[in-house]
Amino acid sequence: MDFGLSADQLLFQQTLRRFLAEQCPMTRVRAIMETETAHDLALWQGLCGLGVPGLIVPAEHGGGGLELLDLALAAEELGYACTPGPFLGHALATICVIEGASEEQRGHWLPTMAEGTSIGTVAWGEAGSQWNPEHWATFYEGGTLSGEKLFVPFANVADVLLVGARNAEGSVRLYRVEREAPGITITPLAVVDMTRKVQHVRFERTPATPLEGPPSGLQRAIDAGCILVAADAFGGSRRCLEMAVSYAKTREQFGQVIGAFQAVKHQLANMACELEPALSLWWYAAHAYDHIRDQCERHAAMVKAHLTDLYDRMTRDATELHGGIGFTWEFDLHLWFRRAIFDRGFLGDAHYHRERAARLAGW
Amino acid sequence: MDLRFRPEYEAFRQEVRAFLTQHWTDEDRASAPPVNPRGMSLGTAIRNDERATRFRLAAIERGYLYRHVPRRYGGSEQPFDPLKLAIIQDEFRKAEAPGELIGQGPSMLVPTLLEHGTEEQKQRFIRDTLLGKIQWCQGYSEPGAGSDLASLRTRADLDGDFFVVNGHKIWTSNADTADWMFALVRTDPDKPKHEGISYLLIDMKSPGITVRPLRQMTGEADFNEVFLDNVRVPVTNLVGKRGQGWTVSRSTLKHERNLIGSALLSERVLDGVRFLAQALELRGRPAIQDPVLRARLVELETKVLASRYHGYRLLTLQARGEDPGIAGLVTKLYGTTLGYDVARLAMDVLSDRGLLAPGETTAPAMGMFLTAYMWSLGILIAGGTANIQRNVIAERGLGLPRDPRAQRDTGQNPKEG
Repeated sequence: MDFGLSADQLLFQQTLRRFLAEQCPMTRVRAIMETETAHDLALWQGLCGLGVPGLIVPAEHGGGGLELLDLALAAEELGYACTPGPFLGHALATICVIEGASEEQRGHWLPTMAEGTSIGTVAWGEAGSQWNPEHWATFYEGGTLSGEKLFVPFANVADVLLVGARNAEGSVRLYRVEREAPGITITPLAVVDMTRKVQHVRFERTPATPLEGPPSGLQRAIDAGCILVAADAFGGSRRCLEMAVSYAKTREQFGQVIGAFQAVKHQLANMACELEPALSLWWYAAHAYDHIRDQCERHAAMVKAHLTDLYDRMTRDATELHGGIGFTWEFDLHLWFRRAIFDRGFLGDAHYHRERAARLAGW
Repeated sequence: MDLRFRPEYEAFRQEVRAFLTQHWTDEDRASAPPVNPRGMSLGTAIRNDERATRFRLAAIERGYLYRHVPRRYGGSEQPFDPLKLAIIQDEFRKAEAPGELIGQGPSMLVPTLLEHGTEEQKQRFIRDTLLGKIQWCQGYSEPGAGSDLASLRTRADLDGDFFVVNGHKIWTSNADTADWMFALVRTDPDKPKHEGISYLLIDMKSPGITVRPLRQMTGEADFNEVFLDNVRVPVTNLVGKRGQGWTVSRSTLKHERNLIGSALLSERVLDGVRFLAQALELRGRPAIQDPVLRARLVELETKVLASRYHGYRLLTLQARGEDPGIAGLVTKLYGTTLGYDVARLAMDVLSDRGLLAPGETTAPAMGMFLTAYMWSLGILIAGGTANIQRNVIAERGLGLPRDPRAQRDTGQNPKEG
């Protein structure tokens, strides 16, 4: 039994962390998020050079052939570094194809997704906070999709959208749509998390291709999404704690560093105490995705709820500990605070996922 | 990452199972003495009758129990292997077989004696303590020395080959039944406070000892006050050198925290709460259908799982020979606050039925959850309060400055394990 990262995984994580520190420091993060798309081609190509977009794509389709845990480690580092760009939506679109497409479709679509030359995203959520596929109203009929999807990450950047919609039999399936296809309207929105912009997407008899693999592909992709968001939340939480600890060691008041005051120490200790065991939680869920499949869906729901709640508390506590400087635009903390808001809402809120976990247990 | 055990470990598991089938029969299991309400945290581990002793001796012989203790002192002297340890604990628990005795003697005194005791002390005490033949209590806290333990005032003055002990110990669990006490006493009142302390083993049958029970908030009396009036203790009962008691006790406290940090108790209580929520009606439907209670059950189950997987991570770090760092320091605080939250949820599921006291026959589960609720507070305090734990995490885990006042005295914080 070994519940830890391998030497390869640790090396990959260090490499990615160094790459992001050098190629996308906070000044760069801000510059990119201020652009209209928040997508920087040079940064994306750098990530492609490290194999990030194709980590989980089978080797025969040009990917790294690794597991969800490896992809989640990348999500953790991107969360830590506050990296802007289409990683999350692309990763989920890729998983839709891996898990939900036919072998022939995988052969057609995956190679360019693995190298990152074709960027994907997912169009899932619908009005009324509906992230539950059972309630989706977007429908597929006669080779076209009609309906409206909300909060689609980087829809205006993506080349392809993986859309969840109802077919003539009433079953919800995945469909692949090209962004340039007719009948698509993308509405830009003012959003809280400027590093991961989302848009509303309206389909009106838009040509779409049904994915012809197992119908379970959609749920697999949703589970993966919950775990990747949790890993992102953990990375961001860890960064906030590091910033708060480092500030407490240098900021002086009443003639001493504030980290010597017990009130400050205890708040930081509480944060560390919540954070440490949460790491093992999403590791386990990511491991379960590939190795203990019958536990995966419920664990994915639990880690999404738990880690995003934790992220919210960590960003707020870290801001409070910084005092006035933490409340300014110039200081970087609010960028993670904003990412926490994205992680909480995207794919459905914590209460929805806890209720799902309760149902999955048969309660 | 691989949660499976390698073939050699699976073979070891089979070996342990075969041993259990042979040495701990259904008849042995059925003969268990009744477990007290508090026993649910300890279960069969505390069972200490003749059958249990016979079984433990066989298990020690086979190398399954007390693996860290040399054979000449009554242990089974096996190389450190956290995975085998986990397999043994797992299989023993499933078979409801007596495991290593836990409690202050085996878990705290024995490791301390192994590290600091004389050969004579080890020979005399360890074997009988491991088998439960000698029961111990811990004489640390005093009315004026709680979190700031090093300010203790119980004195031990040298008189020939004896120390003469005078003072007052408090919160002493099991002092009424213990055969011996390991105690911190002040041997050198003129030295700085940490340097004047010594670690003494005191026979509870000595003249001059008075034990007075203290009733805790649960209504039971598990702990006591101990008054020491001119108690004569041979100098051969000193553990470590005179004046080194603080250092010696630090190793003991470290062991106590390992004892208290385990997630197992919360896991079992939460199972009970879920069962309760399914069985009890709350305003016309099963409590578990209440949306708020459902969400909290899932939330706490998530934390219990985090605790369990955190244990896997620590185990892996141990097996790899890596220092867990802060990951190892948070276990007690996480586990005890979780225990507190789980017990509080039980009270919310009970709703007005929580008014019924433990032992009331019409109460759900005989009021056991109320006992758990109160004990979850006791555990939050025992072995260094939650706030002391926060100091340890912040100072040793996050590298924040030590408390300036404690530093002025000693360079170290009181009650830090």
